[in-house]
Amino acid sequence: MTAVPDTASSTATRVCALGDLTPELGVAALVEGVQVAIFLLADGSLHCVQNLDPFSGASVMSRGITGSRGDVPTIASPIYKQVFSLLDGACLVTMDKEPKEGLAPGLRVHAVAAEGDAVVVTLARD
Amino acid sequence: MLSGAGREGTRMSNERIVVVGAGMVAHRFVSTLLERDTDGRFEVEVYGEEPYAPYDRVALTSYFQGKSPEDLLLGEPSLWDHDSVTLHRDAPVVAIDREARAVRLADGRDAAYDHLVLATGSYAWAPPVPGVDLPGVFMYRTVDDVARLREWVETRQRFFNRPVRGAVIGGGLLGLEAAGALQSMGATSTVVEFADRLMALQVDDSGGEALKRLIEKLGVTVRTGAATSEVRADRDGNAGTLVFSDGGEQLVDVVVFATGIRPRDDLGRGAGLGIGERGGVLVDDTSLTSDPAISAIGECAAAAADGHLSVGLIAPGNTMADVAVDRLLGGDAHYLGADTATKLKLLGVDVASFGDAFAQTPGALEVVYSDPFSGDYKKLVMTDDASTLLGGMFVGDASAYATLRPMIGAKLPGDPSAWILPEGAVERPELELPDAATVCSCNNVTAGTIRDAVNHEGCHDLGSVKSCTKAGTACGSCLPLVKKVMAGELEKAGLEVSNALCEHFTLSRAQLFSAIHVAELRTFTEVIERFGAGHGCDICKPTVGSILASIHNEHVLGGDRAALQDTNDRVMANMQKDGTYSVVPRIPGGEITPARLKVIAEVAEDFGLYTKITGGQRIDLFGARLEQLPQIWKRLVDAGMESGHAYGKSLRTVKSCVGSTWCRYGVQDSASMAIALELRYRGLRSPHKIKLAASGCARECAEARGKDVGLIATEKGWNVYVGGNGGFTPAHAELLVADVTDEEAFTYIDRYLMLYIRTADRLQRTAPWQAEYEGGLDEIRRVVVEDSLGICAELDAHMAHHLDTYEDEWKAVLSDPERLQQFTSFVNAPDTADPSLAYVEQRGQIRPATAEERASGAVLIAPARLEVHA
Repeated sequence: MTAVPDTASSTATRVCALGDLTPELGVAALVEGVQVAIFLLADGSLHCVQNLDPFSGASVMSRGITGSRGDVPTIASPIYKQVFSLLDGACLVTMDKEPKEGLAPGLRVHAVAAEGDAVVVTLARD
Repeated sequence: MLSGAGREGTRMSNERIVVVGAGMVAHRFVSTLLERDTDGRFEVEVYGEEPYAPYDRVALTSYFQGKSPEDLLLGEPSLWDHDSVTLHRDAPVVAIDREARAVRLADGRDAAYDHLVLATGSYAWAPPVPGVDLPGVFMYRTVDDVARLREWVETRQRFFNRPVRGAVIGGGLLGLEAAGALQSMGATSTVVEFADRLMALQVDDSGGEALKRLIEKLGVTVRTGAATSEVRADRDGNAGTLVFSDGGEQLVDVVVFATGIRPRDDLGRGAGLGIGERGGVLVDDTSLTSDPAISAIGECAAAAADGHLSVGLIAPGNTMADVAVDRLLGGDAHYLGADTATKLKLLGVDVASFGDAFAQTPGALEVVYSDPFSGDYKKLVMTDDASTLLGGMFVGDASAYATLRPMIGAKLPGDPSAWILPEGAVERPELELPDAATVCSCNNVTAGTIRDAVNHEGCHDLGSVKSCTKAGTACGSCLPLVKKVMAGELEKAGLEVSNALCEHFTLSRAQLFSAIHVAELRTFTEVIERFGAGHGCDICKPTVGSILASIHNEHVLGGDRAALQDTNDRVMANMQKDGTYSVVPRIPGGEITPARLKVIAEVAEDFGLYTKITGGQRIDLFGARLEQLPQIWKRLVDAGMESGHAYGKSLRTVKSCVGSTWCRYGVQDSASMAIALELRYRGLRSPHKIKLAASGCARECAEARGKDVGLIATEKGWNVYVGGNGGFTPAHAELLVADVTDEEAFTYIDRYLMLYIRTADRLQRTAPWQAEYEGGLDEIRRVVVEDSLGICAELDAHMAHHLDTYEDEWKAVLSDPERLQQFTSFVNAPDTADPSLAYVEQRGQIRPATAEERASGAVLIAPARLEVHA
């Protein structure tokens, strides 16, 4: 189960074992110096987005609550509770706030896949 | 006397209002004026003859249920501390000099006014029968009256060593109140009424008969059609026998006259103001007397709109006061006459009447229901085609009164008898209130005003409707009706009034709570499969997490529950703006030893945490990273302490003063009480945060009335107040029970909190929950004190379960490797600190760097500076 963004990929990095992930509980990882948040959902799907919360500027997305809006799997920021799609990173609920200066309102989505027992992340590049 | 010209130079340019009388209506006048005179145009001098600030005369009888005169005081005492208000007690006014615009006080001083307001009320009138002045004969009007009556009954009881025989002359509202008061003091009581029925002004013959039967069931003897011709003295010279004009006699030890009131208009008469034929200072519909510098409000006034008759009810007096204030401030409000609709509870029996209750409209039809078994008597008065409601009368069951009263003059759909048959017998049709119907009579808000607020002011919830219209902000009894009008309007506009939690659950929190409770579910997966849809979200997951914790009290991070918890609960610390956490060690009741203070200081120093004293008598340590939390908790646990809940929808702190152990004024040990409360309710998950406090005396240094539950010490024990909070919409807590022991306090608080936990909405604090609970605090008191719903045993058992299963949730994590894994910074670099953290120094401590500071590079990077010294 992979979410593959359109952007060109760089090298794949093994971040942890699949068994290190708890369903619906995100973890943060450092991939080539970039903080990402990885989620294993109850349906077995894997998702990876930037760990930086654009509305607070803090690196906390891995500590948000997973859920769904309609059929779209989501992650809510633990700080000001904006809700983002885990599929394309779009901000679905802004809570009437603007992102921090210089930051886009959505989350960058990175490729993540289970290769055997390993969870492998490939950073999306511009 | 001061001359008109001379006064100007002697004081500030403010206009001076003198209010004569310091009763309920005077209080209303002053509080409305202060609220509305935002420019500070007026200063007010209030002269009262009683030694008290204005008190609730309507509630006089509660004096016999253990309330003190202080408990009866109206409103906030701070009203009388206001700079522009001066209250003079024990200061009777004896004359008005209209020419000089001044009043003369009994002690000879004069007080000048620009505008004078007469609010002298009325006096209790007794017929001139022989013996009315004997010792043992009382009136029923003031706090001092009832205090003397109580003392007399208690003294005579000791003297005779048997129940005192009491009689009340007058079977109206006050008479029945007095009979109840006598009974509550252990005296027997007989009500003697001259007319041929009780409450002759409010109910008809059949209603009077029903009332008599209900009251006699309570042990009160009723004599109607009986004229008292004399109170004869016994051999000691005290009241001993009542003699009736038909020659009958009755032995008595105490007699209360409640034979009516008369307006106190003597000041107005003396000053030559216009006086009504049956007494009362004549006023127009702006509360102005025949002198444009003098207003009269309340029972001393006889308003044109009331047919120049004085009205002995509080609501019209309040309206007159509001109208007078409005006119003084240049408004054009008018007094439209008293609404004589009343609903009373006499000796526990409901009596209500409204509109044309006596069917005096030509052709009016009466629809009557009478049940001699239950004692209920109910009547509706309809137009001759039985379609339009004109009035009604209820004795016993008055549950339909609140719904029907605003419908006067409106068509009642369907068969009117549906409204008076016992509830459930026939389905009652939905009623649409006319726009002109008054919904909130305290603040005179109509259904139309509420609809306007919903449709044009964007008020789509009860809170905004309340603040926009003021409906329900005084006594709050109309809130269910306000909610109904609002909901009806939202529905019409296609805006669904949904109690649904979110898109995943159509149930409200309270419904979900009982569903989960009854179905005995333990995981979110079970709950959403059974009662919801989809995968959940940041609204329903924490709610379900909290409900599961409230019911089972299992660890918040156990099972599949960690993923349900909101930001702070998820790691059991408070997330700050940069994603680090603050830790707030538990300091029960704010009491801490120097040794433990030292532990906290060392932790703060070793982890480089910013340290601040909180408002809840604790110490907050900021800047802890996720992976440091277990280490910090371990330090606390090793020193015999635990971390604390500064997060979560749960008990926060119990604030206290030092209490009777040290304080010169303390009457109870409030610090010990606060510690006991905190240890009792710590970890209790609830719909919103809960804060408590305990004060050791009435000086209230712990600010307990600003808390969800506040205890204030009395000589006899504790007064327990509930439903207070600070925050965005501050609320003062209200009295739940008085003078209870420690154990009783725990019991009632246990039940109050459990009832709140079971029935409140998500994120609804105790104050709005209590206000919106059907029947309000009175009903809650019946549930938790009198066990009216029969659920106290269940509530008690639920709290006992909480107490039995409490665990130090932080310590529990330390011994659980799986949960500890969640406390790492990066799954692939567990020892690397979040590289994006940056701090600067301020007053010798750290704080997060701003964007500009980060850009300039002059920051302390967290890992380098905050390395833990092992």
